[in-house]
Amino acid sequence: MSRKDGENVREAAEKVARRSYGKLVAFLAARTGDVAGAEDALSDAFAAALSDWPSSGIPDRPEAWLMTAALRKVIDASRRQRRSENAAAHQRLIAEELNAAAKHAQEIPDDRLALMFACAHPAIEPAIRAPLTLQTVLGFDAATIASAFLVSPAAMSQRLVRAKNKIKQAGIPFRLPERAELRERLDAVLDAIYAAFTEGWSDPAGTEARRRNLAEEGIWLGRLVVMLLPNEPEALGLLALMLHAEARRGARRNAYGEYVPLAEQDTALWDISLIDEAEVLLSRANGLGATGRYQLEAAVQSAHAVRRRTGQSDWHAIERLYAALSALTNSPVVTINRAVALAEINGAAAALAELDALAVDDRLAEYQPYWAARAELSARAGKIGAADHAYERAIGLEANPAIRDFLQKRRTEMHRRENF
Amino acid sequence: MQYLLMIYQNEAKMLAASQETVSQTMAAYGAYTEAMKKAGVYLGGNRLKPTASASNVRVTDGKTNVLDGPYAETKEQLGGYYLIDVPDLDAALSWAARCPGASRGTMEVRPIWPV
Repeated sequence: MSRKDGENVREAAEKVARRSYGKLVAFLAARTGDVAGAEDALSDAFAAALSDWPSSGIPDRPEAWLMTAALRKVIDASRRQRRSENAAAHQRLIAEELNAAAKHAQEIPDDRLALMFACAHPAIEPAIRAPLTLQTVLGFDAATIASAFLVSPAAMSQRLVRAKNKIKQAGIPFRLPERAELRERLDAVLDAIYAAFTEGWSDPAGTEARRRNLAEEGIWLGRLVVMLLPNEPEALGLLALMLHAEARRGARRNAYGEYVPLAEQDTALWDISLIDEAEVLLSRANGLGATGRYQLEAAVQSAHAVRRRTGQSDWHAIERLYAALSALTNSPVVTINRAVALAEINGAAAALAELDALAVDDRLAEYQPYWAARAELSARAGKIGAADHAYERAIGLEANPAIRDFLQKRRTEMHRRENF
Repeated sequence: MQYLLMIYQNEAKMLAASQETVSQTMAAYGAYTEAMKKAGVYLGGNRLKPTASASNVRVTDGKTNVLDGPYAETKEQLGGYYLIDVPDLDAALSWAARCPGASRGTMEVRPIWPV
């Protein structure tokens, strides 16, 4: 085999891996209840592909080839585990699946949604649901996920292993929940996807390819859920929300790489096709009745997007939407956003009064957006001392250097204005 | 749990920085230290003078050896540290990420061996 052939094979295998990874893991895990086992079997199958394909040629249906190879590995593995009492029954079951899969090999059933429901099961610790989904559905390695979620790689691997063990040991089912609990359980799936997206979003310049990919993968997962559950308003809402945010990527940094806040972004740099797509999804969601968190948040973004046409965000709508969100979630984060909207309508002093009500919440001591909002509003209200203090807190808590520079600049400008 | 956050940076680059950059960096460190104190995690921290000011002492066979310069020649040098008390490694890592040094160099996060 020439080196070039080897590269072609590797490329072909990687292409199939990217496209089919989650589907193959889902198919195997849904039948064995063993996510880690499915991942191991698949990685063996990919290794086999890399050694077989160069001599035997790339098969006509590489996905089916991988599936058959992986199923064989699963059966081998369960044979080795003779200690398990139901191993025989297990094996027979898998053998039947193997035959069925071989027969219908061109059409491997899509169990990815079932896999996502297993990863976001109430018995799985909420913080690990997004990492678990990224690993099992998209095949991200633990080190990449660890960096994105700011956790040590060793700890992340350990938590992922523990979660997969839990799925296996507790017998967490791989299926769509019953109608009655679908919405609630779907929320957990959507939360995991959004967590992945926002981790990617936290590097707005996209200077770090890994993180930018995470935002893209979040959107990809959102699209997958919408494709598989086309009439769930919250799934549509989440996808609309992510697309609205993604549409502004190009406007979030200026030519010098400096952070540009939403209110100062050049709307000509927004991606109109993404905004239009988001708007279509959102109106489809609104036509389906129930209104949830993601629809409301998408509607907020939609009210910002009108600035492209009217020159101004619809602050009245934004304030109302945040009020509705606040009633729904009772989250201090929403209260902060509502206060910022209120400042545009009733002035900074009224908004600061809203924030004062939050000051008793201890969690906010380390919550950067609270201090950033306080700083901006205090500066606008002419409360220079309070603004300076809040700027200092916001700067000290910020991990993103571009936003830290931005806040430092704002703080300096405030003092410069004051000295004139 | 206590953790030592060690700030490793390219010292030459830091020394060559403009006055404006230096004062902005100092202000960012000031804000970071203040945020740690307000959050109740700060136990201590210091900025170190450049490695040119370093001396090494070693006693071999009862003989004292004193050498100039840093202990090890590396691309990034230890420029300062913070000692913090936080519930777990996740919290320590998130404080390390907020340090201005994290976006200019590398933060090494080491748990303190409890006595």
